[in-house]
Amino acid sequence: MRQLVHVHDHAPPAIIEELIRAHGLGPAGVDAFIEEHEFPIVDGRSCTFVFRGDADQVRLRHWIFGLPSSQPFQWLSGTDLWYLTVEFPEGSRVEYKLEVTHHGDTRWIQDPLNPQLARDPFGANSVCHAAGYEIPDWIHHDPEAREGTLEDRTLWSEALGEERRTTIYLPARYRSSRRYPLLVVHDGPDYLQFAGVKIVLDNLIHRLEIPSIVVALTHPHERLREYASYEAHADYITGELVPHLESELPLQGTPEGRGLMGASFGAVAAFSNAVRNPGFYSRLLLQSGSFAFSDIGDHERGPLFDPVVEFMNRYREDPISVTRKLFMSCGMYESLIYENRSLVPVLSSTGMDVRYVESRDGHNWENWRDRLREGLSWLFPGPLWMVYE
Amino acid sequence: MSPVKKAGSVKKSRSAKKSSSAKNKRVPAKRGRGKSRIVLLGPQSRVVTAGEVVADLWPKGRIATITAGWQEREPEDEELNAVLGGRTDNLRLYGRAEAAAAADPELGQAHRSLQTSLKLLRRAYNLRLSKLMDTWAALQVMRGDPALLDPERAAALETVRQLDASHIDRITDLRAEFFERWQPGGRDAIAEQCAEIEEQLADASAVAIAGGHIAVLLNRLRIFGLDRLLANMPVIAWSAGAMALAGTVVLFHDHPPQGPGHAEAFDRGLGLFSDLIPLPDGSRRLALDDAARTGRLARRFAPARCVLLDDGSLLERTRGKWRAGETTRRITPEGTAVEVAA
Repeated sequence: MRQLVHVHDHAPPAIIEELIRAHGLGPAGVDAFIEEHEFPIVDGRSCTFVFRGDADQVRLRHWIFGLPSSQPFQWLSGTDLWYLTVEFPEGSRVEYKLEVTHHGDTRWIQDPLNPQLARDPFGANSVCHAAGYEIPDWIHHDPEAREGTLEDRTLWSEALGEERRTTIYLPARYRSSRRYPLLVVHDGPDYLQFAGVKIVLDNLIHRLEIPSIVVALTHPHERLREYASYEAHADYITGELVPHLESELPLQGTPEGRGLMGASFGAVAAFSNAVRNPGFYSRLLLQSGSFAFSDIGDHERGPLFDPVVEFMNRYREDPISVTRKLFMSCGMYESLIYENRSLVPVLSSTGMDVRYVESRDGHNWENWRDRLREGLSWLFPGPLWMVYE
Repeated sequence: MSPVKKAGSVKKSRSAKKSSSAKNKRVPAKRGRGKSRIVLLGPQSRVVTAGEVVADLWPKGRIATITAGWQEREPEDEELNAVLGGRTDNLRLYGRAEAAAAADPELGQAHRSLQTSLKLLRRAYNLRLSKLMDTWAALQVMRGDPALLDPERAAALETVRQLDASHIDRITDLRAEFFERWQPGGRDAIAEQCAEIEEQLADASAVAIAGGHIAVLLNRLRIFGLDRLLANMPVIAWSAGAMALAGTVVLFHDHPPQGPGHAEAFDRGLGLFSDLIPLPDGSRRLALDDAARTGRLARRFAPARCVLLDDGSLLERTRGKWRAGETTRRITPEGTAVEVAA
């Protein structure tokens, strides 16, 4: 794997030299330069970030594990233009913000010259699509795709001692006379809002890449506690929610017809649930799991991870087969890449059918969105070879 | 909602408009029930042409419809009925099969067991096919003296064709054993349904077979003896319906999410014709920009012609001869898509 390389030389990159040559450094020249380009400027592996405005300092802030998280822009003397060129491997997708300091005031802002934004529970980041990255076509609304529906249900949980909400996705052309597989998703509202999972499901079902499926998008309350290998939460999902749904909806009601999915801590929740209930679910989709462990001594991820590390260490000592098919994905630019890579041979050694994919992306919802087609269609293969409408 | 949308409910694309009527005018034909007239159309979900064809060829009488490929949505045929002039009579093969399986659990169990065996054979076939197709593709791009390599390539193709043929023979034999042992047509649960179907067909001017799940459709057609009953009926079919009528049913998709596999010789069809391989929605499902890949498909199933049944496509067979709409295309051994007439 090639490493990311920060270009440190102080000579302006070719694209800035072009500005100087073609337009000069006056305001009109800078205007023309801005008008003519899309930002960041992607030229092969080089991505040039540009900021225009009054500032004392501009820095690139990103979440790429392995690179300095803060990198200074160069000021183009005689202008109000700042720039930074970074090389990203092909296919990279990088979320970032600009840190702008002016008159002692420092703010993190979205890149004013880049309309590409990725939203998450904390707001929105600017996005750099490096060469070779393409936004998947199946994330966009397809007017030919019939739409599924969403309906909210609440269920009193004895295990958790409170009422819990679940958003149920029912596929287009839903019929009570059929028997559907069930996928239980952790962080349901975030998957809906930030990964566009409803449109993804509509499209994949329309394309026959996955079967018509019922999806239970669960709403967490205190996710960092509930998802950290918390027995009561697993009891709620497996002992209460799934049986309730299987009694209320036309679901297959067999291990082959059940799946669990989650990202980050949600992946821990899904996996630890499956470990507590081996064989109950036949399909797991784990994205960028927070599978922290320690081979020796203490971990350094803070107390929230204590139950996760305890669980993962226990599992790694005595790994067992818990499901039939398990799909894992992780971004190469995540700090969790080491943990996820380390887990793959452990899982495979148990005889489970494991598929693991990496992407040049970070710990974010659009990374998880981009892996859904591959993961879901592998876990729940659709009838596209058989259906010709 | 059924897969057939009302005529005019979808804005036709330029190419679809071009191909749907004027360019595809049929030769004047004898009206009414003809001898083995077969009409194959492109998918009806985006560009609806079935209504026009049916109104032209069979302006009177009932149109028996088969929507078993839609499975549990079989009865939801209101839009299809409207498209075909409100005179359809659905044979309800899917529902009849469900009823027969419930009434004769022994037969239902035997049929499920047959399907399990067929699936296992399909997996084994695909395992072998994958290696042979990869070998053939690799030989095609291998550089070297053609005098030495061409016979190797021809042999690789022949090996694939032999595998296709032997696979289809295996499943045909397996199915023949099932029919021989269980004699479904002689069992009350099936016989009663068959009698009703024959009555429906006796009143019909033509049979329209819609698409959907090809295996489900084929199973229902066979179990109720439609292979025999359709032999002398005028038939119009599209998508999986068109595939089911062929001598060989070929499954294909070049853009699946887990990467392209290889087209499969899935089964025998009803055998109403054997000189064409219908490829519904072929321009979408096939990687037509990969001429080598597409050419392999055409050469593998030659002398049958691989025909793309795209939006607005039309093929019509009368007196044993096919006539194609001008924009209906086939795949050449070189991997290009050309008009069928070419």
